Amino acid sequence: MIESSATRRVETANGARPLAADGARPIAMSVRHASKHYKTETGSVHALEDLSIEVPRGEFVCILGPSGCGKSTLLWGMSGLHDLTAGEVIVNGTAVKGPRPEIGMIFQDANLLPWRNLWQNIQFPFEIKKIDPKPYESRIHALLDEVGLAGFEKKMPRELSGGMQQRASIVRCLSYDPDLILMDEPFGALDAFTRDEMNLLIQKIWMETGKTIIFVTHNVSEAIFLADRVVVLTPRPGRLAHIFPIDLPRPRTIDMTFTPAYIHVVKEIKNTIETGRYTPLARAVQG
Amino acid sequence: MASELRETIPAFNQAEASGGDEVSLTNWSALTNQGFAKNWGEVGLIALVAVILVGGAEIAVRAFNIQSYIFPPPSTIITTLVTRFPDLFWPHMQITLIELLSGYFIGAAIGLILAAIITQLPLVEKIITPYILLLVTTPMIALVPLLILIFGFTLTPRIIAVALAAGPMVMINAATGFRRTDLAKIALARSYGASTFQIFTKIRFPLALPMIIVGLMVGAIFGMLTAVGAEMVGGKNGLGNQLMFWSSMVKMQNFYAIILLLALMGVSIYVIFYWIGKKWAGWQA
Repeated sequence: MIESSATRRVETANGARPLAADGARPIAMSVRHASKHYKTETGSVHALEDLSIEVPRGEFVCILGPSGCGKSTLLWGMSGLHDLTAGEVIVNGTAVKGPRPEIGMIFQDANLLPWRNLWQNIQFPFEIKKIDPKPYESRIHALLDEVGLAGFEKKMPRELSGGMQQRASIVRCLSYDPDLILMDEPFGALDAFTRDEMNLLIQKIWMETGKTIIFVTHNVSEAIFLADRVVVLTPRPGRLAHIFPIDLPRPRTIDMTFTPAYIHVVKEIKNTIETGRYTPLARAVQG
Repeated sequence: MASELRETIPAFNQAEASGGDEVSLTNWSALTNQGFAKNWGEVGLIALVAVILVGGAEIAVRAFNIQSYIFPPPSTIITTLVTRFPDLFWPHMQITLIELLSGYFIGAAIGLILAAIITQLPLVEKIITPYILLLVTTPMIALVPLLILIFGFTLTPRIIAVALAAGPMVMINAATGFRRTDLAKIALARSYGASTFQIFTKIRFPLALPMIIVGLMVGAIFGMLTAVGAEMVGGKNGLGNQLMFWSSMVKMQNFYAIILLLALMGVSIYVIFYWIGKKWAGWQA
């Protein structure tokens, strides 16, 4: 188990947790009427249009949509790396104006620094933040152990596989114990098997640490597998199409992704992405 | 910097680093990956070719009775270099080294600092670039007679010429390095709250380092050429001056010994920077 400053999640008997609607848990992040226009050489790109969501502390939210729906833009707005054209992002009660210490970000690809070995890469946030990494070292070793990278500390990124690199970047993010983790299509470049492995790992880490995770993906099955709620966006400009609560029990297994109930949600979400709005589909007769 | 990141659509997952791989010299692993020699058979073959080349020259020179004022036998050149090095060549090599090292360090330092500054200030870059191009393309040896007129037959005009030759070479290569931007890496640093200065020291500088090392190497080689050339123009010492002196005396074994010495110096420069590159920029493979 990884020690964490975040409060442990409240678990109900069957492992499922109360949804956001009950209002029992404090809100970790809320996005209010977010819009974003990019100015490019060929004109203006309207990436995000009047989007509002609230994420309670400890929830796992997936933001799902086709390419170019502004989901990465939304995440970058949440992280404070991008300014929004309109609207605001509130984290732990205060508006986000720039990068915040309680937010950790995991990027597309692993985004390791190629001139540093694995250990030096994990030290990088501490160097930037000017924090002494000594007190965190046992935590980092526990994390490396957990993701199966113990003994690889001296390896350079190019000596590691894609999955190993992304696991290293997860350790780098968790090393300084942020409350809120934003993940920007982290497993998009990995093959299907490695992706399954990574999804199981992320679920395990999330269940152990109780972090709030906002996870951007364009993979429907991945979103359902991981999320408490799946937020579906429409294509450009990105608008909220529908929020799907996922009440599958935890811990979820890869086998669950083949059950009729799971496939039903996949179909509903795919239909929502195609049409831009939610229409309940008739459930297949279950024998 | 901030706007460059803030106004770019985050979809740069394909490109590792834009503007990379432009110079094959930065591929520091090229020689080592292959290994200097795989086994003793290869070592033997490499040695054999060298022996045939040098020995062949030796035999040809003697067999065709080529006059020693045209091309002395290789053995004579090597013997001359080894035996006369302490009294005949070393005093002049010292002069050349002093000119090269002091001119190079002045030029390289200015070039590096300028590159770091101008790449952060696009307007300044636009203003300065024509003059840098002028400095790069004009042979600095051409300025030496003028510099001698100003500073006399001292080391000063030569040092200035070396600095003027090495500095712009270092600068244009380092500037190419500093212009490489990897927005994903910058975003990573920013997400931890990095300042512009931290982004420079922790991201931009390491990213630029392979090109900086290439620039330092090219600058050193150009510096050496210019130092020797400047010595040939005027003055009483230095290896370039000695080249002119011994050829006018038709003492060709001395002349060729100096040529060999200069070649060894040039190779040493390459080897030194090769090792620096392998150590500090070996990640770029």
